[in-house]
Amino acid sequence: MSNKVIYAIYNDDDILMDAVKKTRAAHHHIEEVFTPFPVHGLDKAMGIAPTRLAICAFLYGCVGISVATAMMNYIMIQDWPQDIGGKPSFSYIENMPAFVPIMFELTVFFAAHLMVITFYMRSKLWPFKEAENPDVRTTDDHFLMEVAVHDNEEELISFFQSTGAVEVKVIDKH
Amino acid sequence: MYTFSSKLKTLSFILMAVGILGIGYGFLTAPKDIQEVEKLLAAESHGGHGEVKHEATSTSTSSHDGESDHSEATEEKKIVESATVVGSSSDSSKVDSTDVVEETQVVPVVKKEGGHELTAEEEHNEHLNHVLHQLQNKPWSALYVACIFFMLISLGVLVFYAIQQVAQAGWSPVLFRVMQGITSYLPVGSIIFFVILILCGLHFNHIFIWLDPEVVASDKLIANKAGYLNFPFWIIRAAIFLTGWSLYQYFSRKNCLAQDEENDNTFYKKNFNISAMFLVFFIVSESIMSWDWIMSIDPHWFSTLFGWYVFASFFVSGITVIALVTLYLKSRGYLEYVNTSHIHDLAKFMFGLSVFWTYLWFSQFMLIWYANIPEEVTYFITRIELYNLPFFGAVVMNFLFPLLILINTDFKRITWVLVMAGIVILAGHYIDFFNMIMPGTVGDRWFIGIPEIASVLFFLGLFIYIVFTALTKAPLLAKRNPFIEESKHFHY
Repeated sequence: MSNKVIYAIYNDDDILMDAVKKTRAAHHHIEEVFTPFPVHGLDKAMGIAPTRLAICAFLYGCVGISVATAMMNYIMIQDWPQDIGGKPSFSYIENMPAFVPIMFELTVFFAAHLMVITFYMRSKLWPFKEAENPDVRTTDDHFLMEVAVHDNEEELISFFQSTGAVEVKVIDKH
Repeated sequence: MYTFSSKLKTLSFILMAVGILGIGYGFLTAPKDIQEVEKLLAAESHGGHGEVKHEATSTSTSSHDGESDHSEATEEKKIVESATVVGSSSDSSKVDSTDVVEETQVVPVVKKEGGHELTAEEEHNEHLNHVLHQLQNKPWSALYVACIFFMLISLGVLVFYAIQQVAQAGWSPVLFRVMQGITSYLPVGSIIFFVILILCGLHFNHIFIWLDPEVVASDKLIANKAGYLNFPFWIIRAAIFLTGWSLYQYFSRKNCLAQDEENDNTFYKKNFNISAMFLVFFIVSESIMSWDWIMSIDPHWFSTLFGWYVFASFFVSGITVIALVTLYLKSRGYLEYVNTSHIHDLAKFMFGLSVFWTYLWFSQFMLIWYANIPEEVTYFITRIELYNLPFFGAVVMNFLFPLLILINTDFKRITWVLVMAGIVILAGHYIDFFNMIMPGTVGDRWFIGIPEIASVLFFLGLFIYIVFTALTKAPLLAKRNPFIEESKHFHY
């Protein structure tokens, strides 16, 4: 079985959006869309499920505040409860206002950094990663939609030409 | 055009009637002289918990003397405790703890005797007088808190409205008429509030103790502030601020209505200019207002960020009220162009400013708690010891609850979630104002009972009546605002 894909290239984001909607309406499965900048509403038009990154961030924040609380409770209250400038170190709650700045910062720190790392991992981004760019122009001023071919090459080519593509290519992907 | 539903009108009248009855009840049941207070205290001490309260307030004429004495006592208590802990290496801990209790009880009494040479009877009378003032203040303070709370809510809406004008916001013009409706409470609320301020000046109550010449004569700290805290200057400031805000409210609405009938944007530009000038005037007047009407209730105490803190409190309440009124009008089918994105934006403001309020609340509390300077910290000692639940409950209602509910994007579009969050936020900020004012006026005699609830109901009824009457006076959609088309199609 050959792994042929169609690259339909557009030079305007409005035309691209229309093409995506038509492609979805014609029930062709869109493998990927490459754009030089975020196109507002593209994910909705493609029917991509919403991201759960925010939920991750909330949970990471909960981890952060737990780490901060456990750490300071152990260090300041349990392990060596010194009298430092008259601050009450008899229980965590008694001295809590002094710990809030750290609790806040660690919550933000964990939420932000772990979320970013999650983003890198989920979108497979790292230094020295080989770029997966199918056409160099897509980082500058062109938009590319990739659709798999299943023995319907002729039909697909004429379909994408009718959607206003400036270029339609059939590529053998391995 | 909006028509005031007869049911809502009836509700507002019922609220006002019930409120007036409750307020009257509050004033009638307040004790008139010392004999009544004596009976009251006797009845309480039979109940068992009266003695504890008696101890906590210590004995002095004004509540403010009480506070400082009290903190000195606690300070000394701490010193005594640490001293005994240091020297306790050989003794058993049981003996120590009884020692500590005895010593701490002795300390304030000794101080008193050294200072004033009071007999037990005089001391008792002073205490009765003190309690009498607190109890007489109670219905007045209840009225004062509710009055300033609703007036500042409409002021908060006015500020939000002015900011939207100046920022040339593209989403909010469909809500301008709603905001103008809510702010039309401001002139009425201001008049009632001003009357209460004048009554304070005419010695109908003891809310502001610095208005009492006897207190000023015997209190050096207050006497030194008399250049600022004197009745004529104070009432003139109040008049200027209240008039300034109401003038902006009046002209801004007038220009907005005139813009509907005009062919160019002259009135829009005029509104832009006066909004910018209002915001400058507001931020100065708001700061001074917070010192005058709230901070001067505790004239021995001061805090630098107090103005911002008060502002955050009524600003977030104002935005919550905009959201609630919008949701109500939308549910009745009056706001054609308002969609969930507009509601979502309001909810984001509710969320963000709730966090902002908490930031200021905590900054004020933590700085004073950390440094623990006696003259500043008494403010929080009274609140934590006597108002523990309202003091920390306000943080839960104004921070934790909205934080956990409104952080979710989908929730910010669901009507019932927003209504619930809005009610909790408004109740929380009422309690916030309660916490700012009550400890200085009624001290440990506080209770959220009939006078407090009735005052809120009365002003709530008045607020509903005036706001929804004003909404019937003009179309709910501004016609020729340059941003109205963008706003109609706003989506997020």
